[in-house]
Amino acid sequence: MKIKPLKKRSGENKMSTNKIETPTSNIITVENLSKNFGNLKAVDNVSFYVKEGEIFGFLGPNGAGKTTTINMLTTLLKPTSGKAVVCGFSIFKDPNEVRRSVGVVPQEYTADEDMSGINNIILCADLYGMPRSDSKAHAKELLKLVELEDAANRKVSTYSGGMRRRLELACCLINYPKLLFLDEPTLGLDVQTRAAVWKYIKTLKEEYRMTLFLTTHYLEEADSLCDRIGIIDHGHLVKIGTPEELKESVGGDVMVVDVKENEPDISSEIALIQLVRDVKKQNNVYRIKVNDGEEASPQIIDLIRSKGLHVTRISLTKPSLDEAYLELTGRTLREEEVDKLQMFRQRVTMRRARS
Amino acid sequence: MDEDNRNTKIKDSKDPEDQAKTTEQVLAEEERRFRAAPKLSKSPFHGLWALTNRDLRKWYTNPIQLFISLIQPIIWLGLFGKALNFGSFIAGSGASIAQQDIILKNFFGTTSYFSFLSCGMLAFIVLFTSAFSGMSVVFDRRFGFLNKALSTPVARGSIVMGKILQSVGRSLIQAAIVLVVAVALGMDASHFTPQGIAGAFVIIFLMAAGLSALFTVLALRSADWQTQMAIINLLNLPLLFASNALFPVKIMPAWLQDVVKVNPVSYAVDGIRQLLIGATGMNSLWLDFAVVIGFATILSAIGIVLSWKLLSK
Repeated sequence: MKIKPLKKRSGENKMSTNKIETPTSNIITVENLSKNFGNLKAVDNVSFYVKEGEIFGFLGPNGAGKTTTINMLTTLLKPTSGKAVVCGFSIFKDPNEVRRSVGVVPQEYTADEDMSGINNIILCADLYGMPRSDSKAHAKELLKLVELEDAANRKVSTYSGGMRRRLELACCLINYPKLLFLDEPTLGLDVQTRAAVWKYIKTLKEEYRMTLFLTTHYLEEADSLCDRIGIIDHGHLVKIGTPEELKESVGGDVMVVDVKENEPDISSEIALIQLVRDVKKQNNVYRIKVNDGEEASPQIIDLIRSKGLHVTRISLTKPSLDEAYLELTGRTLREEEVDKLQMFRQRVTMRRARS
Repeated sequence: MDEDNRNTKIKDSKDPEDQAKTTEQVLAEEERRFRAAPKLSKSPFHGLWALTNRDLRKWYTNPIQLFISLIQPIIWLGLFGKALNFGSFIAGSGASIAQQDIILKNFFGTTSYFSFLSCGMLAFIVLFTSAFSGMSVVFDRRFGFLNKALSTPVARGSIVMGKILQSVGRSLIQAAIVLVVAVALGMDASHFTPQGIAGAFVIIFLMAAGLSALFTVLALRSADWQTQMAIINLLNLPLLFASNALFPVKIMPAWLQDVVKVNPVSYAVDGIRQLLIGATGMNSLWLDFAVVIGFATILSAIGIVLSWKLLSK
């Protein structure tokens, strides 16, 4: 049964022989999904889709509803209302099929500390009902992928935080998932390990053609990894788009050009360049808002020079996702109260990450 | 290999003829990567042994825990069994040996209090081992392993049954140790028969299953180990003392005797005593078996049914 979606995938590829890089179907479709905990609307009427083969990120502060959404899509939580289809299966009608076709890397470290790394992966395989003859070989491959071969037979309690995170990733790949959920994959990791996790995520997308759904509250993580981002706050999906679209919605790049004093004003001519959205001149300084800074800046400089003016100083600022985020949610990412159990898990996760 | 692949792709992109071939190669590559995706078992029992063994391992690979579980019954039997010696209590009454035997037989169903208590101790060790079966559910929930298991297609019932079975396995081994220690310390082994011992262990199996199911069900929803400890303490004492495990029912007040009669532990102990030391029973052996089978079946069934509802929120 597990093999079905995989076969279907290569079938699609064969039909569109040269188009293997552009998958079009949606692997997740969510319609008006809601989850209430008592009076609290943890997730409120959320609708979105995830295309096959992309990295989709949920960005939002703690308590925004990111984990709740993942838990619903991975069938751990029953939604209050709404519809969701994951890998072609309804999360209500075929939860077991959904579980067979996806992998989940949870926020906390869930590996059994008393077991070796490889045995943890084999345990996961057993839970999927994979025969031992297959799982042993596959477990070794996965350990190689996450560069843990040398520590394969060591107890997990001797692993560092980064090793644990990588082991979690390996465990969740055991069932050859088509779609992988990662809940805060870099929470509490140091810079090197974070870079390594990013590398694996990219490998999974590019070489294994996996679709990835991740949550994060690090803006730069969403920016550098995700093809599309959904910004979620207080259970509402505020905006969905590519990182570029989100930044653009704040209003393009800003180019500042200083020219020599007492030179003629050519604002109106600069404004005629196609990529330029807005030009302001103050004394001898032009503040130019452009859509694509890299392309627009040479054109602008050429124009200024061709008019016989002298550029003395130039700077180009790209809007960050930070600004987009601020504009959309009206505030910076903040810590918010989470429930006791989640706090405990986060504390344990952090402690283990640092050990 | 991936490096090569990327290179060929770049090179081939100039030549449309070759591109199809590369696509084939890429597909073959992909096929190879996912080829291994094996057929997953659809049996409702897959993963059950893996879950059971995971918990059992923690016990049998940990030398300290194993040592304590060996030493604990020796201490209990040695201290409790020898200190609270009803036999010498009666011997000090001045009655003749024959009279003493009649009194003992009347109260305990056997002439040796230590043998009487040893059978109770078998139940005691099962009760205490089973009581903690719920704790590992609490810890699994707290540390996230439960969520991981729930995100796999393993049957929800198997998660609960795994907890019950690991506790049953531990109970059986601990009970075997208690029995050996008891015989070494002077338990009357003259009535031992292979069938009797086998029967006693069937009863222990069933009682362990029923009690573990009870404590696992109570922990299904909980993520709080203090509460769970309080529940264990609250239930353990009445289950043990409001039974015939340590003291004869006849010396208890009437109201307590009624409680003893609804306590499944009493039936288990009664059956074990009849089978191991040939004691005069409180009930017929068949009734003992019927109650223990019913207890184990009903509570395990409740555990499985509730696991569908309560494990995931």
